[in-house]
Amino acid sequence: MFSFSIVTQWIDELLRQYLCSGAVLLVECLLVGILLLGAYAVFALILIYMERRVCAFMQCRLGPNRVGPFGIFQTVADMIKILLKELVHIDRADHLLFRLAAFFVLVASVGTFGALPFAKGLQAVDFNVGVFYLLAISSLGVVGILLAGWSSNSKYTIIGAMRSGAQLISYELSCGLSLLAIVVLSGTMQLSEIVELQADSWFIFQGHVPAVIAFFCYLIAGHAETNRGPFDLPEAESELTAGYHTEYSGIQFGFFYLAEYMNMFIVAAIAATMFLGGWMPLHIPGWEAFNHAMDYIPSAVWFLGKTFMCVFFALWVRWSFPRLRIDQLLKFEWKILMPICLINILLMAVCVAL
Amino acid sequence: METVEKELLSLGFTDVKRADNRLVVTVPKNKLYGVARYLRHERPEKFDFLIDIVGMDFGDALGAAYHLSPSQNPSLVVTLATRTDNREQPELFSVCDLWDSALVYEREVYDFFGIRFINHPDMRRIFLRTDWKGFPLRKDYNADPAINPVPLENELIPDMERMPSITIKMGERIEEVHQVFDKDEYVVNFGPQHPAMHGVLHLRVALDGEIIKKIDPVFGYIHRGIEKMCESYTYPQILHLTDRLDYLSGTMNRHAVCLCCEKALALEVPERAHYIRTIFDELTRIASHLLGWGCMCMDMGAITAFVYGLRDREKIMDIFEETAGGRLMANYNVIGGVARDIHPNFQKKVKEFIPYMRKMLKEHHLLFSNNPIARGRMKDIGYLSKEKAISLGATGPASRASGWRNDVRKIAPYAAYAKVSFDEVVRTEGLTYDRYIIRLDEIEQSLRIIEQLVDNIPEGAHAAKTKAIIRLPEGEFFQRVENARGQFAVHITSKGDKSPYRVKFRSPSLVLVGALKATAIEAKVADLIMIGASLDYVIPCIDR
Repeated sequence: MFSFSIVTQWIDELLRQYLCSGAVLLVECLLVGILLLGAYAVFALILIYMERRVCAFMQCRLGPNRVGPFGIFQTVADMIKILLKELVHIDRADHLLFRLAAFFVLVASVGTFGALPFAKGLQAVDFNVGVFYLLAISSLGVVGILLAGWSSNSKYTIIGAMRSGAQLISYELSCGLSLLAIVVLSGTMQLSEIVELQADSWFIFQGHVPAVIAFFCYLIAGHAETNRGPFDLPEAESELTAGYHTEYSGIQFGFFYLAEYMNMFIVAAIAATMFLGGWMPLHIPGWEAFNHAMDYIPSAVWFLGKTFMCVFFALWVRWSFPRLRIDQLLKFEWKILMPICLINILLMAVCVAL
Repeated sequence: METVEKELLSLGFTDVKRADNRLVVTVPKNKLYGVARYLRHERPEKFDFLIDIVGMDFGDALGAAYHLSPSQNPSLVVTLATRTDNREQPELFSVCDLWDSALVYEREVYDFFGIRFINHPDMRRIFLRTDWKGFPLRKDYNADPAINPVPLENELIPDMERMPSITIKMGERIEEVHQVFDKDEYVVNFGPQHPAMHGVLHLRVALDGEIIKKIDPVFGYIHRGIEKMCESYTYPQILHLTDRLDYLSGTMNRHAVCLCCEKALALEVPERAHYIRTIFDELTRIASHLLGWGCMCMDMGAITAFVYGLRDREKIMDIFEETAGGRLMANYNVIGGVARDIHPNFQKKVKEFIPYMRKMLKEHHLLFSNNPIARGRMKDIGYLSKEKAISLGATGPASRASGWRNDVRKIAPYAAYAKVSFDEVVRTEGLTYDRYIIRLDEIEQSLRIIEQLVDNIPEGAHAAKTKAIIRLPEGEFFQRVENARGQFAVHITSKGDKSPYRVKFRSPSLVLVGALKATAIEAKVADLIMIGASLDYVIPCIDR
């Protein structure tokens, strides 16, 4: 299977011929940053287009179909539009925090995005506490949302932000606990190693019942983390107009929008990495010819395929279900989902011990 | 009716007249409250449903007519008419402690006629701005734009919140002003521009965290003065305004005015027109319920359901377009029948629609009614008791969900409703889920009605011949129909001219906002919108 480390090492050696080691590091960091941000924007555009088409399909509509073939440039056109829009000045808002909030949300999702293993050898940073890092940095987003709600000087946003704070902090627990089940199974927190361990069979198959439970718990909790329906209370448009980002306009709103879509991608990507083998092809022990054939499919295709499948599930749920109420949402987390996750870890420990 | 007549005569009211199935009693203004309380509380068959209060300007005096009905026997209507000669400071005693619906009706009378109601806690204007000068439905109203120029600034919130009231305690007259909200209450505005307000309604809501403590609806953002306009329009012209009241049941509203005029003219409407009108009414009802269902689902966050509702509604709009030319506003009923004969495809299309809609109803139940999240949201929320519904004057699906049978199609059948068999869908719990499911069940019943009629439309003329200029004979005429939201009533006072002297429309939506106030307190703010959608009020019908 083709490994992207060949490309990265070649670039590294090329740079080292001409530059000192410090400058090499700087150039490489810049390159990685630019590539990641580029990929981030491109994925977001693809996701927005995908959401529109999938949602239109589910609602017996056509969706975007005018700009470019099949309307694929519609999102690009919308991006240009949002860049050109006026930033509305909010009277008596806390302007420093107001501007900062959007960046918190964005930084949290870019930071998580950067640590994902996209393909064999294609990972910007490979921490030995990778899972821990993902959980930690993605939870920064809630600070941004709370700041946005507080600094906007509006009653809708403050209610939205309060709901969001309660929701994200609650569901982060289930999120972490369900990932912990996989950490128990694999014995490592390093993402590259977690993927390598799934070479023979993905964790969702290796881990018996507890892994399946953990997978579904993670999908639910992760979906709640993205603030999307049926968990979209922080921006419940029917009562709070747009929740915490009601007062934002132009590109500042665009940041929230971007982060929301990318969070959906990130949650799906983590689910794919932790449960469905990441970029690892589907291998079935004993079926040598099949396994060999699967290896011919590039690793990036595997990763993106699994991720977009999870994204599709998220969209399906989003466009089918009505919204929960805040008390139902919290009751569901604290009385149902979290106890299941806790028991599941025990179950997983028993499974691993046996 | 005889017993009520005898009772009223024995009470000493000599001016008791019978007019088109109503009993009209003229009462001196100081005896009004007494007789109202007698009818409301002391009779065995209590008149607990106040249909409407119609303010009147007789030229030399101002007055009001109270249409009352007992909830057990809603086909019986008694009208109490009263007047006050004082045009400078007209005052009447309020009946708002007898009927909750009087709270809004009396405000409306005050707004348009300047009659102040003693003991009413909230004598604010209801539709017009607080700084409006004059009372527009009085005959001596000066409509000069110099007196009421187009305002360029917002109404100030503190002005909007001042509730003046007059009370008489122990013979002492007290004029007070209260504030709607206390200073330290957390008040959030929903509307007039808000994604979930189905139109330009403005709700000021006091919250404690997520819990609703007080609701103060502000009306009038799209008030067009239709009742005032009617006074200068001819009768055929008035019809066009009725479609624009509750635009989702335009056909039914127009039907009411047509029926009222036909009754006044003693016009024989061809049977064919009756059948076509009934089919159109029921199609409109289905379209309205589909939109109401979709909006309610959307208010709970299920946007897909909304699109499904609109998709099915589109089929009805296509049928309307072919025959009537209009889609949302069919402009189809005219005095004496319908505007033109049905399109050759009409029956075929309607017959195709019935099985399609039945199939889609199953899908709607599958997608939404049986969804555990949706059920969880609607369960145990927004209880409206039968007594409260009657007292508030809430009619239509919202009150039938509480167990009150008041369908005009059953109690006083008009058009072809007497010829078809259908069930009046009634539920007993009075919760949001009942109000939700009752609409889908009513769609099924409407399909049944259409099914029975569509193949049996009799041959003949589609409209009776009328004179070129229609003049209604002198008198007062009152007609109710069942529109998609409840009892829509029209009250026409004619002096024999080609324009009416006074027209009053009873909006079923106006009192439903009162029902929102009664049901949504102590609920969560997310439920406010959902309960509102389950009551399904339409704002242009409120702001006439």
